[in-house]
Amino acid sequence: MNYTQENTPIHEAIEYHKNTRVVHFDVPGHKGGRGNPELTKFLGEQCLKADVNSTKTLDNLIYPTSIIKGAEELAAEAFEAEAAFFMVNGTTAAVQSMIMSTCKAGDKIILPRNVHRSSINALVVCGAIPVYVNPGVDHQLGIPLGMGMKDIEEAIMKHPDAKAVLVNNPTYYGICSNLKGIVKLAHEHGMKVLVDEAHGAHFYFGEELPISAMAAGADMAAVSMHKSGGSLTQSSFLLCGKGIDSGYVRQIINLTQTTSGSYLLMASLDIARKQMYLHGKEIVAKTLELAEYARKEINRLGGYYAFSKELINEDTIYDFDRTKLSVNTTSLGLAGIEISDLLQEDYDILIEFGDIGNFLAVVSAGDRAFEIERLISSLADIKRRYSKDKADMLTYEYINPDVALSPQKAFYSDKRELPLVESVSYISGEFVMAYPPGIPILAPGERITQEIVDYILYAKDKGCVLTGPKDMTLEHINLVIDG
Amino acid sequence: MDLWYTENHTENVRFSTKVKRQLVSFQSDYQHIAVLETEEFGKILTLDGYLMVTEKDEFIYHEMIVHVPLATNLDIKKVLVIGAGDGGTIRELVRYPQIEQIDMVEIDHMVVEICKTHLQQTSCALDDPRVSIYYEDGLRYIRNIDDSQYDLILVDSTDPFGPGEGLFTKEFYGNCYKALNDKGILVNQQESTFYGSYLEVMKRSHQKIKTTFPISRVYQAHIPTYPSGFWLFGFASKHYDPIKDLQAQAWNDLGIKTKYYNTSLHLGAFALPNYVKEQLNEID
Repeated sequence: MNYTQENTPIHEAIEYHKNTRVVHFDVPGHKGGRGNPELTKFLGEQCLKADVNSTKTLDNLIYPTSIIKGAEELAAEAFEAEAAFFMVNGTTAAVQSMIMSTCKAGDKIILPRNVHRSSINALVVCGAIPVYVNPGVDHQLGIPLGMGMKDIEEAIMKHPDAKAVLVNNPTYYGICSNLKGIVKLAHEHGMKVLVDEAHGAHFYFGEELPISAMAAGADMAAVSMHKSGGSLTQSSFLLCGKGIDSGYVRQIINLTQTTSGSYLLMASLDIARKQMYLHGKEIVAKTLELAEYARKEINRLGGYYAFSKELINEDTIYDFDRTKLSVNTTSLGLAGIEISDLLQEDYDILIEFGDIGNFLAVVSAGDRAFEIERLISSLADIKRRYSKDKADMLTYEYINPDVALSPQKAFYSDKRELPLVESVSYISGEFVMAYPPGIPILAPGERITQEIVDYILYAKDKGCVLTGPKDMTLEHINLVIDG
Repeated sequence: MDLWYTENHTENVRFSTKVKRQLVSFQSDYQHIAVLETEEFGKILTLDGYLMVTEKDEFIYHEMIVHVPLATNLDIKKVLVIGAGDGGTIRELVRYPQIEQIDMVEIDHMVVEICKTHLQQTSCALDDPRVSIYYEDGLRYIRNIDDSQYDLILVDSTDPFGPGEGLFTKEFYGNCYKALNDKGILVNQQESTFYGSYLEVMKRSHQKIKTTFPISRVYQAHIPTYPSGFWLFGFASKHYDPIKDLQAQAWNDLGIKTKYYNTSLHLGAFALPNYVKEQLNEID
């Protein structure tokens, strides 16, 4: 069948299916909601009726031949990719599929140190070895940045046998790396470029935004359609560029993806793709307008710093996604997390997250003007009521990790606990992450040095939030029993 | 013809009144605005289908939102009014010669235009030289003005669903506190607690005011066309107590003729029914 971007093949097939009044002796057992009245009352009859099963007419996510295939082809066209896959296990599954499609056990992959947990988990599953690159840190803001070209080049030269380079683009805060430059460099050395584009679905459809992974020539990208593309939570796209064997990628996806793919999630991807293709420009323009207005007003309040493109340095901050409303709060003497808590508890306003020095508010075309006013006015009121003297920031120095064991080997090894101060020269069995700036100090399989122990003690003393280890106080740490 | 206007006061309760004719039906940038001529209530104004003003009983609301603070502090000179597009609150305010400046902030220009044409009874004083009208979001206006400049802020808002939502928030009350001088008073309409759907909003907004102002009281009025016919106002201030500081003699000497308000009723309005006291005590 010939579909156009006006079509939503999965959505249309479900609508048709509902109208045929087929009698169901298949799963799901709620049978259009009749089997679970309370759930039906809560979610609505239409929603339950659309919660259907793979059939001959509704295709199958494991091996699509009709409507899902059509919808995936439309998605590929919309994102200007060679192939697109509907993912119903979240962007986590998409990131893991990218890594597992390009790296086998023992293969090396170059990644920024502040990589998402899902990537490390993929390494645990497939047995690949990480080569970490210093992401760079803005010391004033206390946030990790993009990877610098020099650092990537150094990593590539040192590890010419690496199979792929993974890039976070944009970061949570909206910071972009030099994606085109990275693609060129990696391809010259025969490496694939994988982009964790969880926060960049809108890059494909809006104007005046940083370049998207596919446009930059990346080989694969994991795109959270549910974050800025308008689909339901947990739905996502995996995109492939030229030179990726999409049949093999499908096999990799099927290793871990459910065999009962949710048609609610798939239909939401289908409809969201159509909306972004047809109206993405206006949607992104409205988002930008709201975010720019909020940024301007928040910066006028004093004390807050809603940062934007002025940070661009042509390297670790190559570009900035202006739809992100990222705000630094250190001048107010308040942690971003404190402001996030105040907003939720006292002002009935929920924001995406706060760390020590910053918070991030997600703005979208779904926001209304008076809601933006509420956020700005609440920040004004918080400043009046709660601001205090500025606390001194910690100075962060990147510590180059010594990867002694693959994450897979470390994960499956027997472990024992020792006091942190006695752990030097052992191999860590767990993560140690410090906020700020949200970069791991240790990951499983890495050798502990005196420098690392000193830094953990220093970060603790400075009031950093340390996460990861079983012992939350970090008096003790789990170590790999070295064979 | 049997034409009726109906407002759902709850999912299960309706208020209806017979309509003679429709004068205005207009979709502005913010809301749907209608003016209807009714048999019983004269002309009525609705916003998004919710009844705001009727010619027959508007005096109750407007007298009660204005004269209670003005009889508590007779020295009020500078007033900020948020909302009030129909003009009824302004009409009551301009009766005080000592008031020098009235700033009115209404988000929807079209409400004012339509009321000026069709609801002269309330809009008659909007051209008073002491009145300046600013067409913008109330929350935005108050965030950006100088500190400690008003003696009184009146919040004559719509319901806390839709464009008026921002006027029932902690950030709004906090910014009002900042804009009031050290003897400043804030009076706002606080919905009703008779039906459950309004109860939570009223309780929450009362709680937010209480944590912002040292003095916070609630008073009542009987408004036949509002849900349950029983309405509440909030009186918050930095200095004046609306009961102890009532200037009954001085206010009566002003000779302002009213249809609902008097200084005995002023005191009585703060005496709340037990079920309302219990609802408020729950959060004290």
